[in-house]
Amino acid sequence: MNLRRIFAIAFKETLQVWRDPRSLAIALLMPLMQMALLGYGVSLDIKRVPLCIHDEENSQTSRELVQRFVASHWFAVAHTLGADRAVSDAMDRARCVGAVTIPVDFSRHLAMTGAASVQTIFDATDANSTNIAIGYAQGVIGQTTADFQADWAAARGLPTQKAGKVDLQTRVWFNEGLDSRNFIIPGVVAVILGLVGAQLTSLTISREWERGTMEQLVSTPVTALELMLGKLAPYFLIGLVDAAFCLSVTAFWFHVPFRGSLGTLMFTTALFTLVVLGIGYLVSVRVRSQLGASQIAVTLTLVPISLLSGYTFPIDQMPAPIRAVTLIVHARYYITILRSIFLKGSTLGELAVPILALALYAAIIMWLAASGFRKRLD
Amino acid sequence: MTDVQAAVLAQGLTKKFGNFMAVDHLDLRIAKGEVVGFIGPNGAGKSTTIRMLCGLLRPTEGCAAVAGYDVARQPEAVRAHIGYMSQKFSLYADLTVGENLRFFSGLYRVPRREIEMRVRAAVAMAGLDGRDNALVSTLAGGWKQRLALGCAILHRPPVLFLDEPTSGVEPEARRKFWDLIHHLASEGVTILVSTHYMDEAEYCNRIALINSGKIVAIGSPGEMRQRDLGGTLYELECSALGAALVALRQVPGVIDASIFGDRLHVLLERTAAAADLSALLAGHGITTGPPQPIPPTLEDVFVQLVSKPRARAAA
Repeated sequence: MNLRRIFAIAFKETLQVWRDPRSLAIALLMPLMQMALLGYGVSLDIKRVPLCIHDEENSQTSRELVQRFVASHWFAVAHTLGADRAVSDAMDRARCVGAVTIPVDFSRHLAMTGAASVQTIFDATDANSTNIAIGYAQGVIGQTTADFQADWAAARGLPTQKAGKVDLQTRVWFNEGLDSRNFIIPGVVAVILGLVGAQLTSLTISREWERGTMEQLVSTPVTALELMLGKLAPYFLIGLVDAAFCLSVTAFWFHVPFRGSLGTLMFTTALFTLVVLGIGYLVSVRVRSQLGASQIAVTLTLVPISLLSGYTFPIDQMPAPIRAVTLIVHARYYITILRSIFLKGSTLGELAVPILALALYAAIIMWLAASGFRKRLD
Repeated sequence: MTDVQAAVLAQGLTKKFGNFMAVDHLDLRIAKGEVVGFIGPNGAGKSTTIRMLCGLLRPTEGCAAVAGYDVARQPEAVRAHIGYMSQKFSLYADLTVGENLRFFSGLYRVPRREIEMRVRAAVAMAGLDGRDNALVSTLAGGWKQRLALGCAILHRPPVLFLDEPTSGVEPEARRKFWDLIHHLASEGVTILVSTHYMDEAEYCNRIALINSGKIVAIGSPGEMRQRDLGGTLYELECSALGAALVALRQVPGVIDASIFGDRLHVLLERTAAAADLSALLAGHGITTGPPQPIPPTLEDVFVQLVSKPRARAAA
C-alpha cells in the first residue's frame, strides 16, 4: 500500500466531485431536504385529536365535563352532535376520530349514586393512534370523575380519601416529556446518512467504467485497496460534514436534548459513515453502470433502514425471524447509539456492543469491496 | 520464457469469449527497441492481444512475458514497466492537462523532484505549452492523443502498447504522433502499436498482420512487399472502375482485382496474358490504358493475405 497513490486518487476524486454539480447537490442538498421532510413529517405523538361531543343533558355538571375535554390539549373538540347517525356520519367524513355522548340522566345519576356512565366511540382504523387517544380520554374522564367524587363526598361530610388506596406514581426517564420527536429525530439522522452515503460512493467506480477511464486506471500499478481508500477519503469528509449538519439540526433546531459527549458522538458517527460509504462502494465495484449502481444502492439501503432499523417500528415487537434479519441492518446499531448518546448520555463503554457490531460491519464491507475489485476488463 | 532479449514474448496466446475465438494461439516476439505495427481488419484480435499483454485480460490459454515479467503471474510488475494507450481516449475529461499528468505521476510514483520536469516535458511533447490549465474536454483529437501518450510514458516505461492511437486524428497530427513514437524508439523504448492506416505501417521496423486472431504474416515493410502473391500484379487505368471490377472478377486467370484510387490493381496468374485484359474490358464498353506490371504495395499484400483464408473458406 502506497500513501502517494492513495493521495493522488483522493485528490483527483475531490476535483471531480467539486466540478460535478450533480454529485455536490446530492452530497449537500439532499440531507438538508430530507432532514426538513422527515424531521417535521414524522411524529408518533397524538395531539389535538378531533373529537365530537354530544351533550344530551346540557346541565352545569355535563358542561363541566365538556369543558375538561376542551381544555385538554390532546383533543380538539370539533362538533357537538345530535343523534347516533350523526356520529357515524362525522366519522365517515373523517371530521372526528372519537365521539363522546353524555346521557340525559348524567348529573342525576351522579348525584344519587356517586357514579355515572359516559359513552365514547372511537374510529380504530389507525389502531395505534386510537389506543393512545382512548388513553387520553380515560385520563380526562378519570380526573373529572375524581373531582366530582370529591365534591360529592365533601357535600355529604364524608372523608375524601378512602383507606387503602394505592396511588401509582409514574416517572419517565430520558424522555421526560414522552415526546416522540426526541426518539425519532436521531433515527432520521441515521436514515439520511445511510441513504446519502451509499448514494455518494455507489457512482464512483461505475462512473470510471462508463466514461472509459477505468481502462487507463487498471493499466497502472495501483492496487484495489489503494483505489478504495483514495476514493473513499473525500466522500468520508463529505459524509462527516453531512453528519455534523444533521446532528446540529437535531440538537439546535429540533431541541433533542444532548446529554452525551461530543467525542463519543464523533467517533461512532465516523464509524457509521465508513460502513455506509463502504456499502455504496461495494455496489459500485459490482455494477458497471451508474444508473444500475445507484438504484441498487437505494434499494439495498432504503427499505432495510426505514423499516428494519428500529427507526419507527420497535425491533423487539417484531417476529423472531424478522428480528434476526435486523441484525444485519447497520443503521439499527447507529440508531441505538445515537438515541443513547443524545437521551441517556451513554459512554463508549456502555455502547461497546453496538460499536463493535459497527466496527465488524465496516471491516467485512471493506474487505468485500477491496477484494471484489478486479483489475481486469473481463 | 527465458528469452531475456525479448521485450514482448507471447507463446500460444489464446482468448476465447464464449465460443468466439478472439485470439487463436498467437506467437509473437518483439526485441528490445523495436517498433512493431499491428495491422489487421476490425475484430481481428489486435486490441484483445494488446490487452492480454498489458494484463487487462486473462489469457484463456498460452502465456506471455512483457519486460521479462509473466503477464499472468506478475501482472503488477508488468504494469509498472509498461505504458498503455487504450483505443478509446481514457484520460479524465473533467480534469485539466496538468491535473491528469500529476495524477498519473502519483499513480506511477514518479520521483517527487522529477514530477515537474516530466510534466513540463509531456506538456511540451503534446504541444500544449501554456495550456496546463485547460480542461481536457476542450482539447481537439490530436492534442488529446499526444497528451495520452505523455501520460503513458511519465514513468519512463521500457515497453509501450498503443492501441490505434491515431484513429480519428487528422493527417498532420498523425505525422506528429509518429515523430514522437520514433523519438521514443530512438531512446530504446519497445513499442507495439496497432493501426489500420497502411501508410503508418511503413513507419514500423516490423509489421505483424493479424487476421481472425492469428498472425498471418510478419516482417519488415520491405520483406512484406516482396512476398509472393501467387501471381503478377498489374496496374490498369480505365474509365468505369466499378463496372470493370465486376467484369474482371468473372475472368478466368484473374486471382483478385481491387480499386486503388483512380486505377485498378489486378492480380493475374503467371500463365495468363495481361494484354487480353484491355480487349476483354473493351467488350464491356470500358476503355483502358495498357496494363503495367508493378511491384506490390503493402496494401496489395495485406488485401491478398487477408482475403486468402476467406476465399478458401468459401471454396
